[in-house]
Amino acid sequence: MRGLMTVFGKELADDFTSWRFLILFAMVAVAGVFTLYIDSQNILAQAAESNQFIFLKLFTTADETLPGLLQFLNMMAVFFVPIVGIALGFDAINEERNSGTMSRLLSQPIYRDAVINGKFLAGVVTIAIMVTSIVLLVAGVGLRMIGVPPNSEEVIRLMLFLVVTIFYGAFWLGLSILFSIFFRRVATSALASIAVWIFLFFFMPMLAGIVANFMVPLEEAGTEVYLSNLGIQSAVLQVSPVRLYQEAISVILVPGARTLGQTIQILGVGGYRLIPNPLSLDQSLLLVWPHMVSLIALTAVCFAVSYIKFMKEEIRA
Amino acid sequence: MSKQLVVETVDLTKAYDGVTVVDKLNLRVEEGEIFGFLGPNGAGKTTTILMLLGLTEPTSGVVRVCGYDSTREPLKVKRITGYIPETVGFYEDLTAEQNLAYTARLNDLAEWLIPDRVGESLDTVGLSTAADQKVGEFSRGMKQRLAIADMLVKMPQIAILDEPTIAIDPEGVNQILDLIKKIAREHNMTIIMSSHQLNQVQRICRRVGIIGKGRMLAEGMVEQLMKDALGGGRFKVEIQLAEVTADIVDRIKQINGVVEVERSGDLLLVGCTQDLRPQIAKAIIAGDGSLIGMKIKSYALEDIYMKYFHEV
Ligand SMILES: Nc1ncnc2c1ncn2[C@@H]1O[C@H](COP(=O)(O)OP(=O)(O)OP(=O)(O)O)[C@@H](O)[C@H]1O
Ligand SMILES: [Mg+2]
Repeated sequence: MRGLMTVFGKELADDFTSWRFLILFAMVAVAGVFTLYIDSQNILAQAAESNQFIFLKLFTTADETLPGLLQFLNMMAVFFVPIVGIALGFDAINEERNSGTMSRLLSQPIYRDAVINGKFLAGVVTIAIMVTSIVLLVAGVGLRMIGVPPNSEEVIRLMLFLVVTIFYGAFWLGLSILFSIFFRRVATSALASIAVWIFLFFFMPMLAGIVANFMVPLEEAGTEVYLSNLGIQSAVLQVSPVRLYQEAISVILVPGARTLGQTIQILGVGGYRLIPNPLSLDQSLLLVWPHMVSLIALTAVCFAVSYIKFMKEEIRA
Repeated sequence: MSKQLVVETVDLTKAYDGVTVVDKLNLRVEEGEIFGFLGPNGAGKTTTILMLLGLTEPTSGVVRVCGYDSTREPLKVKRITGYIPETVGFYEDLTAEQNLAYTARLNDLAEWLIPDRVGESLDTVGLSTAADQKVGEFSRGMKQRLAIADMLVKMPQIAILDEPTIAIDPEGVNQILDLIKKIAREHNMTIIMSSHQLNQVQRICRRVGIIGKGRMLAEGMVEQLMKDALGGGRFKVEIQLAEVTADIVDRIKQINGVVEVERSGDLLLVGCTQDLRPQIAKAIIAGDGSLIGMKIKSYALEDIYMKYFHEV
């Protein structure tokens, strides 16, 4: 336990004093504030139409024609959180090996898992602090801009959003640490993480489409066929942490989650019809619970593989 | 009374993909001794050391350090063992002091003890003035001394040094060796030092083990090994002549105390039990030879080691 806390403390200090952290922070903050500026124009226009969740729209609304796939949210999902996770973990283990500090570290009386866990925890705390402060920043600036304070449900939903986002970041951190154990060269492990990132974002949806079309060809038209095709696509995509995260934050941040008709159907919570009224908070929670569990499970898989590889490994340098 | 065994291996074997690199090694190191672990590149020194520390698992055999099994209880071994790896590295962005403080914390040292302990360690190796300097700015020699300080921070009973003098200039080597010797004496620390620089090992180690292709070729006191290996021919005189004739060789062979005479080109290598340079010079002149130069060296471990190594 002491070993874990010592590694954690050192890594946390490293993370916070690194250029890496500053650059990531600046990048995400600028993106957030920039998106916010564009959003606020729309929200003010919409506010007149009277909506229950005006404040949340700060984090979602970008364009009226895209109610579900909203800009800031998607930027969070698509870009920044994975980048932050990867940037904090891609050289965690192999850099120490290459610089010869690993054998010194592991010749001290600590368990090997303390090294992985300490680094992981430090990364998660860094992500948590970064994401939280940026959301607060965006919220604060937004508050000044639109002058409508969030109601209590909105505050809870924002906190949920933070929690899910931190777990999502933790997955990418876990994955990049895994690669840093497997690959000796830092450039290779970084590339491997980025390759997974690109695959999940760009190729996974295509792959899901191909699998679905193979299993249920869309030749004979009909609602049934179409729906089961979509169902398979959705099911395939459920293994992607990106999709899990996107769906989870849509449910949390866009209570009138109309684009989630498919998900809701698959999860057996509601019909496949569009939902006319916003979901209540506990309904939302019920809906995102499996997503959270899946995200955590995926992270756990990364860890299990990391342990297996790292625990008995020979440390020459 | 026999001293306590600090390190003991029984038929220690390590194979990588069926290739045996450490082969039934039996190593015994007693408390308080400085043991030299010798062998050429690829002999299996580092592999053995890694097994002593539990940093890699033996294929078969037993390793015990202070009675603890390194494979089963690596943490107990690591608590009492200091290790300087072959290629030692530090966190370059941190200062020397911060690096050592991290090691101290990993060893559960109480927070209030750390500054003093770190300061003392840096003092011992003569780096107190560089305590606040980032390790990235250190020279190779400074890093090596820092590695010794890093080891001292945890006050180990045993220190295992894997080629501590590699890539150090001759003067630096002597400093480091003297430092190791001093530390061993002051802290009554058992030291195992691996090297292929034999003259260096000879400088500080009383007992050595010579390993070749994973097997222990010879083990014992330096003096004893020399006698066994050389049959008393402690000195070697290297003579350069304008021309080597059979007559001169014969004359030298007849000198009392000459063990062997070896010819290589216009050089004569004469093994003898004592410094026989005056007698040899006389013999050459008597044989009408013209002496260009003559050098004497005392037989070093190198020669013992060469002898054993050729037997593999
Ligand atoms: N991971 C590995 N897989 C396969 N063979 C290995 C591995 N590590 C080391 N070896 C082999 O084991 C042998 C012994 O290596 P070791 O590093 O112990 O030698 P050494 O005595 O320390 O040599 P040096 O003086 O060069 O440091 C070498 O022939 C090396 O090729
Ligand atoms: Mg070696």
